[in-house]
Amino acid sequence: MTFHRPAGLAEALRLRADHPGAVPLAGGTDLMVALNYRHTRPEAILDLTGVPELREWSDEGEAIRIGATVPYTRIVADLAADLPALAAASLTVGSPQIRNRGTLGGNLATASPAGDGHPPLLATGATVHLASATGARTVPIGEFFTGPKRSALAAGELITAVTVPKAQGPQQFLKVGTRNAMVIAVCSIALALDVEARRLGTGIGSAGPTPLAAPEAERLDLPWTAPHRLSDAAVAEFGRLVAAAASPIDDVRSSADYRRHALAVCAARALRRTWGAAFERSRV
Amino acid sequence: MSVPVHLRIDGVETRAEVDRPGESLLGTLRDRLGLTGTKNACEQGECGSCTVLLDGDPVCSCLVATAQCEGRDVRTVAAVPGEVRDAFVTCGAVQCGFCTPGFLVAVADLLDRESDPDDARIRESLAGNLCRCTGYEKIIEAVHVAAQAMSTAAGSRGAEADGTPRIPSRSHLHRNQWINVDTLPRGEAEIGEDTP
Repeated sequence: MTFHRPAGLAEALRLRADHPGAVPLAGGTDLMVALNYRHTRPEAILDLTGVPELREWSDEGEAIRIGATVPYTRIVADLAADLPALAAASLTVGSPQIRNRGTLGGNLATASPAGDGHPPLLATGATVHLASATGARTVPIGEFFTGPKRSALAAGELITAVTVPKAQGPQQFLKVGTRNAMVIAVCSIALALDVEARRLGTGIGSAGPTPLAAPEAERLDLPWTAPHRLSDAAVAEFGRLVAAAASPIDDVRSSADYRRHALAVCAARALRRTWGAAFERSRV
Repeated sequence: MSVPVHLRIDGVETRAEVDRPGESLLGTLRDRLGLTGTKNACEQGECGSCTVLLDGDPVCSCLVATAQCEGRDVRTVAAVPGEVRDAFVTCGAVQCGFCTPGFLVAVADLLDRESDPDDARIRESLAGNLCRCTGYEKIIEAVHVAAQAMSTAAGSRGAEADGTPRIPSRSHLHRNQWINVDTLPRGEAEIGEDTP
């Protein structure tokens, strides 16, 4: 029985290098299920919950750096003002019990296309911090996901943190599921409006082999200088472009057709809500 | 080779020898320590039957590795205040009972944080606990009754002038099935008549 319990990041990275068969464990909401059902029998476990460097978030001025093992409950409680889409997505994760344990680092390591944390990270242009015994590197979130449950995380590396730019305008996260809790998304979308830069950020979940953005929708010409002129046609076109960016499949949770339809509806709704919130005053 | 883990369970300093790296806290409580109040149902964090408080926060004990619990504080259903348990009995919030220990822990935690939560808050707090028998209405009612009983016990609001907990206005209980759980010895709640 080998259960490594490093008390600091340097020790954790050394153990990661010396014991490639040891599986990293944080909140356990994915790995413990696999262990309970004997889907995996790792020779050893590397527990990250005792590593203080991973447990905290910090304000870096323009962005918030969130340690890999900060649980969703704390993201909801502490970061809703600076990171509204991520906080909203975090609140849809599982249940209170799951949010008390589950972490953004674990979400990224699992790299499920349905991970609730991913769309807001894509919409805001977050950066993933990776480290190994030999050094550290950063990966833009758009390059992190490489396939279904596959990511840029290399052997010998640990996810140490995610840096998320602070909101520069209204944000939305919408998730479709069969109930309000304990549900894996049928599809989800995050939208971040940067009023100053006149930029829209998008992130789509559960509608492709990886979480993805909708670059063509982001480039749609919108009436930034005369916001009250945002037409129904433009909003519908935005929804259409978001749905077109997805490549959903039929599975137990939904059909591909429904996912495309729901994405178009949710994207249009998210655009109306963020646009309305951003330009409320100029409308009067 | 086994690894010793020292943790506090319901206030008792406990040592557990764990010989499988992925052994869950649930498995340790039930199979190694014989503390079977915590129930094992889904083992994937979906149902909440195994809910315990880990350093004061509700978690699914099936998703916590025991070896992660060195020096930590665990509270099980055995540490839940009697007012919560009695309210479940009074309100008929128990049918088969398998989910009940998890609900009791989650409710005790909620009432520890908020003395008088509304229905929406209760539903949100209990979203991680599944009951396939009762349909939740009586469970939500039991939370209101427990809240009143606890604030009565604390000598505060939520009660009539004589200290009797108020029946929630949305109560499904028949009037003459109401009992004052506060006046009964713990664990001996019975259905009385015509009170208050």
